[in-house]
Amino acid sequence: MKPAIALSIENLSFSYSGKKALDQVSFNIRAGECTLLLGPNGAGKSTLFSLITRLYDTHEGRIELCGFDIKQQTRQALAKLGVVFQQTTLDMDLTVMQNLRYHTALHGLGRKEAMQRIQQELERLNMFDRRFEKIRQLNGGHRRRVEIARALLHKPALLLLDEPTVGLDVPSRLAIVDYVHQLAADEKLAVLWASHLIDEIYPDDHLIVLHKGQIKANGTVDDVLKITNTTLVKDAFYNLTQGEQA
Amino acid sequence: MNMMHYWRAMWGIIGRELWRFVTQRERFISALVRPLVWLFVFAAGFRAALGLAITPPYETYILYEVYITPGLIGMIQLFNGMQSSLSMVYDREMGSMRILMVCPLPRWFLLLSKLLAGTGVSILQVYVFLGIAWFYDIHAPWQGYLWVLPTLMLSGLMLGALGLLLSSFIKQLENFAGVMNFVIFPMFFMSTALYPLWKMKESSVLLSKLAQYNPFSQAVELIRFALYGQFNQHAFIYTLVAFLVFMAAAIIGYNPSKGMMVKKGGG
Repeated sequence: MKPAIALSIENLSFSYSGKKALDQVSFNIRAGECTLLLGPNGAGKSTLFSLITRLYDTHEGRIELCGFDIKQQTRQALAKLGVVFQQTTLDMDLTVMQNLRYHTALHGLGRKEAMQRIQQELERLNMFDRRFEKIRQLNGGHRRRVEIARALLHKPALLLLDEPTVGLDVPSRLAIVDYVHQLAADEKLAVLWASHLIDEIYPDDHLIVLHKGQIKANGTVDDVLKITNTTLVKDAFYNLTQGEQA
Repeated sequence: MNMMHYWRAMWGIIGRELWRFVTQRERFISALVRPLVWLFVFAAGFRAALGLAITPPYETYILYEVYITPGLIGMIQLFNGMQSSLSMVYDREMGSMRILMVCPLPRWFLLLSKLLAGTGVSILQVYVFLGIAWFYDIHAPWQGYLWVLPTLMLSGLMLGALGLLLSSFIKQLENFAGVMNFVIFPMFFMSTALYPLWKMKESSVLLSKLAQYNPFSQAVELIRFALYGQFNQHAFIYTLVAFLVFMAAAIIGYNPSKGMMVKKGGG
């Protein structure tokens, strides 16, 4: 039996003042699946994320999170979602703990449960000893770890990551890529990871290539290599996006 | 999704705002310096130039510093309301507003909580200001310091809601400077904060009319009366209605289906 669908997108289109940013986008993401969303700048990745997080309203098409329609059952759907945005969204002058407590309050967790979850998530990322430090004192990689921990505190079924490794050094980047892949496998978490870095893709990943608002490829890494008749993801991506930089 | 969730989220938002305010010492000091400069410098200098007749709620002749104090309380709340909305524009640009918006609670509730948090901060500032004013011999009856609390809640919410509404229309932080010039200054100067309506009428009937309809004037009058243990019903209703209108418009502004968020760009 196939794992349950965590995110379902059907015929999703979106325009900015008449200009199509997304055009009939459809795909599913299942529990335990790590999906890399690859696309050059302006492909529509941020628009797609804004629609899934309900920052923008869905006019055409449908988005469902664990069976909940994002437009009709917004709150139930959002409760299933954990997000790491491209820009840091932590409060620099507050401590790690204060930032995480704020998030647990927004998700309605009681003090005891919140403290347990915070300890659990921070320990997994080796950040528990630094919980009383201000975010300003942490380096970029550690800030990202805190954001990932925060996104998981309310036990979401789907984790969205919008280019989370931008600006990080190579070891921090690889550590985060590895950690998220591990999470998907161990916790049966569905992951949608927007990226433009080919080396963040693992062989077992699900790959979606978005270009000019349209899906150009959707399948396993092998599937994508097969349809493009290439042996490297880099070449496949180059073919699908007609040479544009990721 | 129960009441406890709402309660925890609201206190989470208020607690964060208060904590941020307390830790940002510069913000706290600058919020106090502004009205104090007006009180110690402007009002002292202006005292001789402006004669004030006895008008309610005052029962005796008063010094100009006494007259201007409720106006400066209003100023604290006006600046605070605009500053919180400035921080919302900043938060939205920097992305942390999104953390709030993706939490599973109705958007109106999140905005209202944010507004309550900002109002709480402004009330804290007001009481510190009143404390300093006390040592400067500006005394209201002791009951007035209690009576003023609910009115500060309402005036703070009204001015905060106006800021919130403006922030839903502002796309970038840079545009906010214009709002400061076109909203804060006209609102403050065209009001009863610095001079009473009858005095204004002597120089310009139009100006006094504008001041009369300015919701900021009504908020200042509400505070002025409450500080002397009196209830100004007209000012109360006017301020309440203004709050409801601004709040409703702000909620629409932040609604992804109807508001300005739709018109803002993305990637």
